[in-house]
Amino acid sequence: MTAADAVASIQYHMGANSKSAAKSLVAAITDIKADGPNNVVITLREGSADFAAIMSDYHLVISPAKSDSTSDWQSGVRTGPFVYDRFTPGVSAKLKRNPNYHRSGMPYFDEVEFLALTDVAARTNALTTGETHFMSRCDLKTVHLLKRNQNVNVYELTGLGHYAFPMNTTVAPFDNVDVRKALKYAVDRQDIVNKIFLGYAAVANDNPIAPSIRYAIDPLPKHVYDIDKAKFHLKQAGLSNLKVAINVADAAFNGAVDTAVLYKEHAAKAGIDIEVVREPNDGYWDKVWLKKPWCATYWGGRVTCDWMFTTAYAEGAAWNETFWKHPKFNQLLLQARSETDDKKRADMYAEMQQLVHDDGGAVVLVFYKYVSAHSKKLAHGRISSVFDLDGLRIAERWWLT
Amino acid sequence: MNPIVTTVLQRVGLGVLTLLAVSVIIFAMIEMLPGDFASAILGQTATPETVAAFQRSIGLDKPPVTRYFEWIGGVLQGNFGESFSSAGALGGGHAKTVASLIGPRLSNTLFLAGFTALISVPLSLALGLLAALYRNSIFDRTVNLVTLTTISVPEFFVAYILMLILAVKFPIFYSLANVSPDTPFFERVARTALPAISLMLVIVAHMMRMTRAAIINLLASPYIEMAKLKGLAPSSVILRHALPNAWAPIGTVVALNLAYLIVGVVVAEVVFVYPGIGQLMVDSVAARDIPVVQACALLFAMAYILLNLLADIVGIVTNPRLLHPR
Repeated sequence: MTAADAVASIQYHMGANSKSAAKSLVAAITDIKADGPNNVVITLREGSADFAAIMSDYHLVISPAKSDSTSDWQSGVRTGPFVYDRFTPGVSAKLKRNPNYHRSGMPYFDEVEFLALTDVAARTNALTTGETHFMSRCDLKTVHLLKRNQNVNVYELTGLGHYAFPMNTTVAPFDNVDVRKALKYAVDRQDIVNKIFLGYAAVANDNPIAPSIRYAIDPLPKHVYDIDKAKFHLKQAGLSNLKVAINVADAAFNGAVDTAVLYKEHAAKAGIDIEVVREPNDGYWDKVWLKKPWCATYWGGRVTCDWMFTTAYAEGAAWNETFWKHPKFNQLLLQARSETDDKKRADMYAEMQQLVHDDGGAVVLVFYKYVSAHSKKLAHGRISSVFDLDGLRIAERWWLT
Repeated sequence: MNPIVTTVLQRVGLGVLTLLAVSVIIFAMIEMLPGDFASAILGQTATPETVAAFQRSIGLDKPPVTRYFEWIGGVLQGNFGESFSSAGALGGGHAKTVASLIGPRLSNTLFLAGFTALISVPLSLALGLLAALYRNSIFDRTVNLVTLTTISVPEFFVAYILMLILAVKFPIFYSLANVSPDTPFFERVARTALPAISLMLVIVAHMMRMTRAAIINLLASPYIEMAKLKGLAPSSVILRHALPNAWAPIGTVVALNLAYLIVGVVVAEVVFVYPGIGQLMVDSVAARDIPVVQACALLFAMAYILLNLLADIVGIVTNPRLLHPR
C-alpha cells in the first residue's frame, strides 16, 4: 500500500458524481495529495479536531490505485486482515488470512466464514449444535434459555445506537418548546425498556450522545415520566389538552409500533392524545422519515459528539430530522470543531448536549443493547461498543482457545 | 402430423404467449412497488444527489416502457441483465450478471426439489394405491390421519420440530443446510435431508389423497365391476384397469406439487438456511434488486407453465379420447 492508493481511495468518495454514502464525510476536504510514498496531506475547508476519528468510518477503505490514479475498487483487494476466498451475496462470505496484514501476528484465525442466517431460531440452533461459533442478535424472548447452555456465553453491551421519536420543530404544535417538553415528560421510558425490549436496552435522557463517548454528560433535569410536569408544560404552551399523530413502522426499529402505542397510553394520563399511524415498512425512509412531523428513527451512533451533531442536529444537515435551528447550538458546533483545548471543548459539548436535551425535537427513548452469544471455544479481549461484532472487528480480534 | 405433436406444439405456443403476458404483469407490479433500489441500498443516510447519481448509473432514470423493452429484449436473447446490488462495491470484485447469481441458487433449488420428489412421488403413489386397495381399513385410516396431520401443520413448524428432534436432541442430521458448490455429493444429500423430509411431509398428503380419490372414483365404473366379475385379483383390477385411467388427475396434482417445490419453499429455505432461489428472490425484493426479482418471477412462471404442460401431455397420452375431440 502506498500514499497514492490512499489518495485514490478517498477521492473515490469525493466529487459531484460520487455515489458514496460517505460523500458528506469527505465534503470538508478541499485538497488531498500524496507527499512521498508514505505520507498523505489532506487540506480541510475548516478546522476539525475530530477528523481522524471520521476517517475510521467503515466506508473509507483503501483499495489499490490504478495507473490513471483512480481507485480500483472492483478488484476486491483491501488492506484488511483477510482476503476473499468465496463470496456469495446473501449466503456467505468465506475469507482466508491475509499473510501481509499490517498488524504483525494478527489475525489469529486462518479462515473465517460469515453466514447470513436471518431466521433467529436457525441461528440459535446453528450455535448450539456447534455448526457456528458466534451469533449476533439473540432472540430476546428465549435468551434466558440460551444462557443455561453450558457451551455458550451470552454477552450484552450497550452501544452508541439509540432509538428516538424525532419531532419536526418547524411544524405546529411541535414548534412550541413547551409542547416538546410536555411530550418528553409524558413517556415512561423504563416501562418501554421492560415491555418492548425485555430489559435489553438502557433508558435514555433525550441526549443522543451515548455515555461512553468522550465529553458525554447526563443533562439535568432528567426527563423521567412525570404527569404533573407534562401538564405544567402543556399549560405553559397555553393548552389544556393536545392531540398529535405519530407515524411509525417497524422499519425504523423492531418494536417501534408497540413503543408508540405504549407511549400513547402513558401520554393519555397527561391529557395528551397521541394517534398512532402505522405505516408500511416498505418505503418508510422515503415517505415518512423527514416528511411526517413526528415519526420514529434509529441511529447506529457516531463515535464523537461533533460527528453525531453534524449529521443529525446541525442546521441545514441533510438528516437533521428535527429541522432544529438553534443559533447558539450551531455557533458552538463550529467553535468546538476547531477548538483543541480539551477543557473548553468539554464545556462546549456539555452546553450543546444540554441544549439538545432542553430544546431539541428528538425524544431519545433508549440506547439499545447488542445481545450476542458465542461458543466457549472462542475467546476475546475488551469488546468495542461502537458497532455490533466487537466494532465489526471480531474476525481480527478474537481467537480460538 | 401426429396429433400428440400438434397438441404439444399448440400448448408450447400458448405457454410462450402466457410467459409474455406474465412478463408484462411482473414488470408493471414491480413498477408499482414503493421505494427504489437507489434509496434502498444507500439507506437512511442517502442524500438526494447521491440517489440521483446512483439511479443514472443503473439506468433507472429512463421511462418504464423503454426499460421494459430493453429488459424483455435482453431476456429473449438469454441475457437477464446485471444485478443492481453488484453494481456497487459488493460482489468481491466485478459486477455480477443476474444469470450468475441465479444459476447456483436455481441448481440448489432443483436439487432439493428433485431429491424431495424422488422420495415423495413414489411414496405417495404407493400409499395412495394401497389406501385405495384397502379402502376403509385401519391402514387406510391411519395413512389418511397421518398425512392430513402433517399437511395441516404449517411447514415451518414441521421444520422446527424435525430440527429439534433430528439435529439438536439426536444429532443425526445437520441443522444448517448451507451447501456450497464445492460440497461433496453425499454431504450435500445429508445436509439437505431435513429440508427434504419436511417438504415431503407437506406434499405427500396432497398427492396421496388425490391418487386414492382418483382410483376410488373409477372403482364405481361399470368396466371395473366387469373386471371384478371376471374374477381378477383386487391388485390387478387397480393396477391394470383403474390406474391407466387415473394418470391424468394424478399427473396434474404431481405437477402442481413439483411446481410448489420449485417456487414455494422459501420458508423451508429460511429455516434451514438453504441457499435456494426463493430466499434470493425475497432478499432481492427487500433490496429492490429489480433485475433479479424479474428473472426469478419469470423463472417461477416458466416452471409452472412447463410442469402444467407436462401434466397435460401425460393426461393426453394416457387417455386417447382426449386426442380426438369431437
